[in-house]
Amino acid sequence: MFGTIRLFLSSRKSWTIPYVIFSAVFVILPLLLIVVYAFMDDAGHFTLGNFAKFFAHPEAINTFVYSIGVAIITTVVCILLGYPAAYILTQTRMKYASAVVVLFILPMWVNILIRTLATVALFDFMNMPLGEGALIFGMVYNFLPFMIYPIYNTLQKLDKSYVEAAQDLGANPVQVFLKAVLPLSMPGIVSGILMVFMPTISTFAIAELLTMNNIKLFGTTIQENINNSMWNYGAALSLIMLFLIGATTLLASDDNDPNEGGGLW
Amino acid sequence: MQQSSYIIEVNGVSKFFGDKMVLDNINLYVKKGEFVTVLGPSGCGKTTLLRLIAGFQTASEGEIKIAGKEITQTPPHKRPVNTVFQKYALFPHLNVFDNIAFGLKLKKIPKQIIGKKVKAALRMVGMTDYEYRDVNSLSGGQQQRVAIARAIVNEPEVLLLDEPLAALDLKMRKDMQMELKEMHKTLGITFVYVTHDQEEALTLSDTIVVMSEGKIQQIGTPVDIYNEPINSFVADFIGESNILNGIMVKDKLVRFAGVEFECVDEGFGENMPVDVVVRPEDWYIFPDSDASQISGVVTSSIFKGVHYEMVVNANGYEFIVQDYHHFAVGERVGLLVKPFDIHIMKKERVCNTFEGELVDETHVDFLGCTFECLPVTTIAPGAKVQVHVDFKDVILQDNEEDGTLTGDVCFILYKGDHYHLTVASDWGEDIFVDTDDVWDNGDHVGITILPESIKVTQVVES
Repeated sequence: MFGTIRLFLSSRKSWTIPYVIFSAVFVILPLLLIVVYAFMDDAGHFTLGNFAKFFAHPEAINTFVYSIGVAIITTVVCILLGYPAAYILTQTRMKYASAVVVLFILPMWVNILIRTLATVALFDFMNMPLGEGALIFGMVYNFLPFMIYPIYNTLQKLDKSYVEAAQDLGANPVQVFLKAVLPLSMPGIVSGILMVFMPTISTFAIAELLTMNNIKLFGTTIQENINNSMWNYGAALSLIMLFLIGATTLLASDDNDPNEGGGLW
Repeated sequence: MQQSSYIIEVNGVSKFFGDKMVLDNINLYVKKGEFVTVLGPSGCGKTTLLRLIAGFQTASEGEIKIAGKEITQTPPHKRPVNTVFQKYALFPHLNVFDNIAFGLKLKKIPKQIIGKKVKAALRMVGMTDYEYRDVNSLSGGQQQRVAIARAIVNEPEVLLLDEPLAALDLKMRKDMQMELKEMHKTLGITFVYVTHDQEEALTLSDTIVVMSEGKIQQIGTPVDIYNEPINSFVADFIGESNILNGIMVKDKLVRFAGVEFECVDEGFGENMPVDVVVRPEDWYIFPDSDASQISGVVTSSIFKGVHYEMVVNANGYEFIVQDYHHFAVGERVGLLVKPFDIHIMKKERVCNTFEGELVDETHVDFLGCTFECLPVTTIAPGAKVQVHVDFKDVILQDNEEDGTLTGDVCFILYKGDHYHLTVASDWGEDIFVDTDDVWDNGDHVGITILPESIKVTQVVES
């Protein structure tokens, strides 16, 4: 009896059981439920009606496209702000460069709602209207660290000898950047895009708070449907969003050389 | 002015990293078309020297000229040199063709000409048909060839090579050495080659520059460096040597291992301590007879392929001897060396000398510590003094806490009957030690000096 228990405890494999149970209950099961619900009507029969409803509703499609647009703009702005920041952090021989990186990451330890409410207060204080501009600002503010960190990581690990090789072959500083540093840091940029683009598609709290509920993002639509007990339609919308996220990941990992090891992935 | 005959001129160049001096007043002149090898152990500054010529770092002092033009402060992309890096540094996002074409494209050379030049460069390094391969799919040797092609395709005045073969296996290295020599002949450009491999240096070079601790020790042809090493470091680093302490009795007569030998050197003065170098292959070994200059017993004999390498113990000294004839361990043999095969070198120092300050009658400060010494009555406390310690009086301890200060063993020289060590103390000054104990390079040791070993003399104000 005890022998069996001891055997059970000593086998490394059995240690994974709690994690397997956890992810089965809280990750895999909900995902399966989403799929099942998406293809079901109120009565519990198989149907494609939920998807048909989405494609028949221009309003829903508009929200979807608008959400993607906001996500793309946020991602682009994050790259434009994040890349130079990461680049400067790796270039300067700052004694406390890593401390500065932590400063960039630090806001992430504050709850997203608190940060966003603070942003609302800031806009109020400066007498600036809430709306589209505030939305983009809030998104960029919230997701910028996710862009900086993977790029910083890749740039920091970049072998200095590539830069020297480019200089040696006659590249001036601008050419060194464009022809060696930038292409070699692509894995970091791709990681950053994944880290920013995917969550921005599904956010709704930022949109609600920073636009006074005036602008609806796709995440808001899903949340509203589920709140109104439209489980099946909500599940279908979630599935569409998951599909989009999955597609981005596949596209990104396609030209993301695993040997390069970009940032967090 | 003969200025134009040199392609590279390095005038009085020093380089500091913070407080640490890595290059100390380097003067080097390279003729056009020469194959120059900078040779030295790791950390001797050879790579830094190459990087100064390439422009990745700038000299703290002195000037560098290439083809008569002052380029000390010129950024690397404006210098007429190209580098082959130790770890190749091929761009992983470009294929073989684009890697090689990198420099040409930057120069805005027409496409067809680039194509032709890249093909020619690939042919040169024996990599035809590899144009569109991914560089990550190539073996180390192939990557190295592409790296060489990428450099020579730009037709630089000078090709700099930073230990380019260090990462290859022995067989591949030998092949590449021959190919590099061939390439140098065909291209006719100047090669500056950095390596720690003395055999590679002897094989490839027209001129060898031996460096140690940021200084050039000797510049010469491979034959000169091998046959006439200028000091015990060079003798030990290039090939195998028997290095012993000797006394120059008078001109053309030297005494070592308890025996007087005729030699060809003169001008050292009488009864001067010197270092004596005899190459293992310069000893004649035969059954002990009247012809023996010194006789001893064979203590080890190893077959090395072409020759036997034997260790002969004579008068308490060990000699390495290489000969085609085999003598068994325990056999009594005689040794003989011809006068011109004995190389005499002036000793750089005969004891340790440190700058210090007398604290009181029985204490003296030097090497950053306070040492007890025998009572000194002739010098006032607080005076600047010189402290002398014989090599054999420095005591090294395994346990670093037992020492007054600590240091790292950084150079070991076997002197036939004892080891002569250079210990880099944590204070920054080198301490030289004679010992019978075996230490390894890099050993961290405690250093103790007994009071009776410390000799204090007053500094004469000039």
